Amino acid sequence: MSDEQHTILTRPTRRQALGLMALGGSGIMFSGLPGISQALAASGKTISGQLTVGFSQEPTVFNPHMPHIEVDDGVHFALYDSLFSVDPEGKFVPGLASQVPTVENGGISADGLQWKIKLRDGVKWHDGKPFTAEDVKATLELLVDANFRSWRKTGHDLVRDLTVVSPTEITWRMEKPFAPYPSILASTFITPKHLLSATADPNNAPFNNAPIGTGPFKWVERVAGDHILLAGNPDYYGDGPYIDKLIYKYVPDLNVMYTQFKTGDIDVVGLQWITPDHYDEAKALEGKVVNVVPGSTVESFTFNMERPQFKDPAVREALYAAIDKQSIIDALYYGLPAPTESYMPQQSFYFNPNLPKHAYDMAKAKALLDQAGWKPGADGILAKDGTRLAFTCSTTAGNHIREQVQQYIQQSFKELGVEMTISNLPPAVMWGDYWMLSKFDTVIVGLDFLTGSDPDTSDYFRSTSSGAKGGSGQNNWQYANPEVDALLTKGGEIFVPEERKAVYLKIQDIMRKDLPFLPLFQYATVRGHKQGIDNVLANVNVRIDTWNVATWRRA
Amino acid sequence: MLNYLLNRLGQSLILLLLVSIIGFAVLNLAPGGPLSQFALTPGMTREAMDRIAHQMGLDRPLPIQYLDWIWRLLQGDWGKSYRDQQPVLQIISGHLFATLLLMGTSMVISILLGTWIGIRGATKRYSLFDYTTSVAAMVALSIPTFWFGMIAIYVFALRLKWLPAGSMYTIGNESFSDYAIHLVMPSLVLALVDIAVWSRYMRSATLEVINQDFIRTARAKGLSEGKVLMKHVVRNALIPMITLAGLQLPTILGGALVTETVFTWPGMGRLFLDSLGYHDYPVVMGLLMFSAILVLAGSLIADLFVAIADPRVRLG
Repeated sequence: MSDEQHTILTRPTRRQALGLMALGGSGIMFSGLPGISQALAASGKTISGQLTVGFSQEPTVFNPHMPHIEVDDGVHFALYDSLFSVDPEGKFVPGLASQVPTVENGGISADGLQWKIKLRDGVKWHDGKPFTAEDVKATLELLVDANFRSWRKTGHDLVRDLTVVSPTEITWRMEKPFAPYPSILASTFITPKHLLSATADPNNAPFNNAPIGTGPFKWVERVAGDHILLAGNPDYYGDGPYIDKLIYKYVPDLNVMYTQFKTGDIDVVGLQWITPDHYDEAKALEGKVVNVVPGSTVESFTFNMERPQFKDPAVREALYAAIDKQSIIDALYYGLPAPTESYMPQQSFYFNPNLPKHAYDMAKAKALLDQAGWKPGADGILAKDGTRLAFTCSTTAGNHIREQVQQYIQQSFKELGVEMTISNLPPAVMWGDYWMLSKFDTVIVGLDFLTGSDPDTSDYFRSTSSGAKGGSGQNNWQYANPEVDALLTKGGEIFVPEERKAVYLKIQDIMRKDLPFLPLFQYATVRGHKQGIDNVLANVNVRIDTWNVATWRRA
Repeated sequence: MLNYLLNRLGQSLILLLLVSIIGFAVLNLAPGGPLSQFALTPGMTREAMDRIAHQMGLDRPLPIQYLDWIWRLLQGDWGKSYRDQQPVLQIISGHLFATLLLMGTSMVISILLGTWIGIRGATKRYSLFDYTTSVAAMVALSIPTFWFGMIAIYVFALRLKWLPAGSMYTIGNESFSDYAIHLVMPSLVLALVDIAVWSRYMRSATLEVINQDFIRTARAKGLSEGKVLMKHVVRNALIPMITLAGLQLPTILGGALVTETVFTWPGMGRLFLDSLGYHDYPVVMGLLMFSAILVLAGSLIADLFVAIADPRVRLG
């Protein structure tokens, strides 16, 4: 674990090293690290002791197919298994499937249409009933059931002819090739047919509050507003569990959570983690392991591309040059996040490290605008063909750091002769129709563009995914580029990662050139756990810390 | 008497109806909704949000949603939480215990200590005790509970390690002594301000009584100072305090949001705030109706008692 406890600058952690090496263009997939499961398979398995994870939001949804937020995932990972899951390097590892289906091993046909999955034998639900291919079939059917309140149908709605070949084998056909489907399956937990799909009303099944899975931990109890208690499952087929009592404690205030981490009431600081202002103190704490972990969310200054001011690419490029990214990161974010040029997390297999580097350069910004014909009007604000370079910038009201970023940027823009008015809104208004139907001029927002580890961003970049234009998706920039549309289609039909990569490198190139949003930085969070707890590892491909809670153990 | 009772009951019902309509309207007209928390979920589409809203019946016109809700309520169905699907009454009663435990303990401490300080301060006016407690009360009233709670945790949990930093009990050890030790810090922090309030009230109430003629009479007929104090002064000074305590009872339901947050206490204050934050309308409406009923019932009972006790109050 000693490689997990230092700052980003002195000695990089494994994840940061991955990022740095990827930046160097020296290759992305590394085989130096043995899989966690292999490393521990040799050691004996004893289930004992208690471990408390703190979350600053309360997990309340235990049926993994119903609408839920990240923190709920934290509990799902302990209770359930997917067919296969994704590790920190973005590779799939078998779960309930005995083998990850690929084109190479015949699990997926070359055209991506025929799927065949072999399942692990002898797996049991927490209630003792055997797990079979019928459960997988029922899960995939439930997800697209019109009467079921399913949170995501994407991909599942393309599945046809689900056939149970034997209790340990299932096949299906896809309506059309859809390359992101493996990533979606990796975050689709399999639920028991006899307790959920077979009930009269799955929306209100008793299962939803007394969940039964195949995972490393069994449900014990939930005390609403306080905690959830799980117990180690001795019959778990995989590596672990090593903890007997797993407690998810709801600690609504981050200062309080940090204090309880210091007092030892909390062993692992989970979601929302340690606030950056505590980082310096936290890393000096005795008996605690504290490290900076990159997340998959990218902060950006986002344009509404349909506004006349922003149709001119020179404007977007000039504004980018006028943002002093590094100062913002250092002064306002305690130097934690890493500046980026892409929407793709730098740890991703698909990250493009060769994008042009942003440089803060006011002279260049001025020159760009001047050459493009933007001249100061009577009020000193630049204008061209009757369009003033004036706009509003919005974000969540009450997010103090972002508000300071806005003021900082506002000053720089003012020097250029650009008038930016700050107009922030409470979260429910900001991220409602105002955001989804592109009613803003510009927005500062942190977005996670990917579905798990998959590089597909059709929901964000495809011209038909814009809510304001009647589409369904989150293309709230109203960005439209036929070349990107074509590339997204192409990338969605290739099932061999090495071949897909070229497509997504190209898309990143185009996005960096078109700049519908100015990428600022990739989030980084300060995480902490008690010394002597092994395997608490970050994984940029999942939404929550407890993705591998099965293997957590006290040394 | 019966007429009066029916009349008051009728008034209360109309009031409850108004509370429910206004509450429902305000909640639903506020921007956002139960699904807005999913807006930034990767891969979430407008289509999916609309579909889920439809399945939950959130796309129906507001009056229809209201009528549906109140019709179920009249049949005794308080609905289910949007967040965790638990019945609303079960959620409320689950949090009620935690709140009653914390607020009850702190109220007992603050009333006992507060009245004692108030009486002593009034009888020994301008003494060192009086000055000290008066200044202490002012300080206690000015300290934000949040800050005071954090300091208490720092000193007693982090440095001295005498007391747990929070929570209602140690999971797996739900003994009486375990509850008690967890109760010490939050109840004292919460009581601190109330002690100050009670001592100030009690001090002035005692002072008012102590200068009245009947006290002089009591002394004149040769009663000992202790008897005068206990039998005449305190008894009379306590009367307005009882009314005050009665008025405070319904506020228990609101819980102690700040204290609950600092000490991770799963009480009603957190429940209300969390439910509001997630737009969990059934729970918020449930809490609203629950407390409205209690307040109305409380005042009805109080009025009845007054009417019975005091013949000058005419009913009808």
